[in-house]
Amino acid sequence: MSPENTKELLESETSGGLKTELTLGLPGDSQVQKSGIKRGFTDVVHLNDAIAESQPHSKAQVVGWPPVRTYRKNLMKNGKYVKVAVDGAPYLRKVNLEIYSSYQDLLTAMGDMFTCLTICNVLNERKLMDSANGEEYVPTYEDKDGDWMLVGDVPWKMFVESCKRLRLMKSSEAIGLGSAAPSTPSKGSSISC
Amino acid sequence: MLNYFPEEVLEHVFSFLTSHPDRNAASLVCKSWYNVERFSRVKVFIGNCYAIGPERLISRFPRVRSLTLKGKPHFADFNLVPYDWGGYVYPWIEAMAKGSTNLEELRLKRMVVSDESLELLAKSFPNFKSLVLVNCEGFTTDGLAAIASNCRFLRELDLQENEVEDRRGQWLSCFPDSCTSLSSLNFACLKGEVNVAALERLVARCRNLKSLRLNHAVPPDALQKILAQSPQLVDLGAGCFAHDPESETYNKLKNVMQKCSSIRSLSGFLDVNVRCLPSIYPICINLTSLNLSYAPGIYSKELVKLIHKCKKLQRLWILDTIGDKGLGVVASTCKELQELRVFPSDFYGVGNVAVTEEGLVAISAGCPNLNSLLYFCQQMTNAALITVAKNCPNFIRFRLCTLNPTIPDAVTMQPLDEGMYAEQLEMLSIAFAGDSDKGMVYVLNGCKKLKKLEVRDSPFGNMALLTDTGKYETMRSLWMSSCGVTFGGCKTLAEKMPRLNVEIINERDEMEGRPDDRQKVEKMYLYRTLVGPRKDAPDFVLTL
Repeated sequence: MSPENTKELLESETSGGLKTELTLGLPGDSQVQKSGIKRGFTDVVHLNDAIAESQPHSKAQVVGWPPVRTYRKNLMKNGKYVKVAVDGAPYLRKVNLEIYSSYQDLLTAMGDMFTCLTICNVLNERKLMDSANGEEYVPTYEDKDGDWMLVGDVPWKMFVESCKRLRLMKSSEAIGLGSAAPSTPSKGSSISC
Repeated sequence: MLNYFPEEVLEHVFSFLTSHPDRNAASLVCKSWYNVERFSRVKVFIGNCYAIGPERLISRFPRVRSLTLKGKPHFADFNLVPYDWGGYVYPWIEAMAKGSTNLEELRLKRMVVSDESLELLAKSFPNFKSLVLVNCEGFTTDGLAAIASNCRFLRELDLQENEVEDRRGQWLSCFPDSCTSLSSLNFACLKGEVNVAALERLVARCRNLKSLRLNHAVPPDALQKILAQSPQLVDLGAGCFAHDPESETYNKLKNVMQKCSSIRSLSGFLDVNVRCLPSIYPICINLTSLNLSYAPGIYSKELVKLIHKCKKLQRLWILDTIGDKGLGVVASTCKELQELRVFPSDFYGVGNVAVTEEGLVAISAGCPNLNSLLYFCQQMTNAALITVAKNCPNFIRFRLCTLNPTIPDAVTMQPLDEGMYAEQLEMLSIAFAGDSDKGMVYVLNGCKKLKKLEVRDSPFGNMALLTDTGKYETMRSLWMSSCGVTFGGCKTLAEKMPRLNVEIINERDEMEGRPDDRQKVEKMYLYRTLVGPRKDAPDFVLTL
C-alpha cells in the first residue's frame, strides 16, 4: 500500500460516519466514540510504510493479514500475471497468461472479463467488439523492450514470455503500431468494442 | 431407582454415544459410569495436545483405536506463531507404541510430524487404517513411503494443505501390489512429481476407492485413464485440468466423465483451462459439494454457467471473483446450500471489485438452510448482517472478514444478539476491533459455550483479561496479540490460575531477560492443562 493511499484512508476514517461503518458496540450503546488508544488497521499499515519506504519493492503489509493460509496465498502467486487495461474503462484487471494455451483462449477470457466485449472474427483478424456501441478494440501488449506491439504475431509461448502488460486499444489509436511481421492494414488481431 | 445396572448393558448403551461431548458427559455421572465409559471409549478427541499427556491418555482409555490431536494455535495459520513453537506428535506415537495401543486411526491438525514419527507409526500398529493430516509440517515424501510400504490394511491417506518436502522418491510406488484396501487417497498438496504408472495401477486394483484427490503433477491423459478405471468415485480432486480442448485426450475425458455418475464432490482444479470446464457439466446435477477456491483463472461468467447446473449443491467454496451477481445466481439455483466459503483472490495487485454485503444478503435470502459461512468481502454493513441473521437462523459457524482497510474490521454484537447465537458461539476471532475492555468482557460473559477466543490488534488490556479468570478453565484457549495486556497482568493471571499455562511468545531471536511488569506483551497464548508447563517449549516461549 503506497503512502498516498494510506493518507487517504486515514482521512476518510476520521470524517463523519460512513454508512458502511461497523462497530463493536455493546447493546444499548449509542454512537461509540473512537478512543485514542484504538489501534486501527491503518495505523499498522502506516507503521509498516516507514519500513516499506526503505525497501522500495516490498509492499507495506500487515503480518498475517488478510487471514488466509500461506498455502492458499502461494497458489495465487503461481503463474505470470500481467495487467490488462481497456481504453475508457475505469479499472484494471489482471490475467495469468500461463493458464492459456493459445491466443484464442486469451481473447475468449478477455471477452469474459470485460463482459461488454465479444470476439468478432473477421478474415484473419481476431477482434473484440462491444455490441452496445460498435466500438472496436485492438489487443496490444508491451514487450520486454518496452515497445507496444500488436497481439498475435509471434508464437504463443514467445508472447507469454515477453509480454509485460496488455492494453485493449481503441482501433483508431492503434494505427501505426509495431508488429513483429511486416503487416498489411488488415492483418493482426483486434478487439471491437 | 435402579442402582444395579450390569456393565455390559451400560457398555452397550454407551456404544450409541459417538460424540465426545456426550461421552465426556456420561463419564461425569458417577464412578461406575466413568469406568465403563473409559474402557469402552474407542475414539478420543484432544483439542489441545498440551492439555494432557500421552501417558494419561493411554491409562484412562486403554482401548483407544482412534486419536484426533490438534497442536498449534489457530493464528499459526497466518504466520503469527514462530516456527518451532511446538506441537510435536512424536511423543504421542512413542507412548502408544510402548503401550501396545491398537491404533487404527490418527487425525492431526497443525502439528509437527517428522519422518521418524511416520516411520514409527507405520511399524508399530499392525491394524493401522487411516491417516489424516491437516495443515501439518515437518515431514517429507520419505515418511509417506514408510506409511505406504508398511501399513498393510491402509484405507485412508488424506493430506490436506500440509507443507511437505519433496524428496523425489517413489512413495506412490511403495504401495505393494497386495494393497487393495484404499478407499481414500488425497495428495493434492504435494508439490512434486508422482509415478503416474504406479498411480494408475494402484487405482486399478483398489476397487473400493471412493475418494481421490490428485496433485497438479498428474497429467491430463492420466486423469482420463484413472477416471475410466474408477467410475465408482464419489469424491474427485482434479489436479491439472488444463487440457488442450482440441486434443484427443480431452475428447476421451469428456466421454469418461459422463459415466462418472457417482461423483458428488468435486475440488482441486489447481491448473485449469476454462475451455475444458464443459466436460464436467454432465455431472453437475449430482454434485453436493464443489470447491473451486484454488482456481483463480475461472471468471465469473464461467463460474455462473457451471453453478446454474448445480442445483443440489450443499457446500460451495469459491473465490470472490464470482462477484455479487454470481452470488445472486448461487442464491437462486442452490436452494439446499448449507455451507459457503468465499475466499479473496487478489493479494498481489490491482483487481476486481470482488464481493460486498449485497452478495451475502442475496445468499441469505435464497438459501435459508445456510449454517456455515466464511466470507471475505470488501465491505459490510450492520444492516446487512441483521438481515442475514434474520434470514438464516441456523448458523453454527460464522466467519466474516472485511478486507477494506477504511472500515474498522469488526462485527457488531447486535446482529449476533438478534440471532441469539452468542450463547451458542464456540469460537470467536477478533482483529482490529473494539474500543475498550468492556467489549471483551461482554464476549466472555455472554458466550456461555465459548471454547476458543483469539484476538489481535485490539485495545483490550489487563482489565478485560482479569475480570473473569475462572472463565478460562471452561475454555480450551485464549490468544491475545498486539493488544494492551502487560507482563504484570499475565503474571497475575498465572499466579491466580495454576491450572492454566500462560505462555508469552517472543520473536525467535529476542531472548531478553524478564521484562518489566508494565511492558506490553506482544503475544500471549493461554490454555487449560492438567499437566503443567510443557517441557518442550523453545527458548523464546516463557511459561509464567
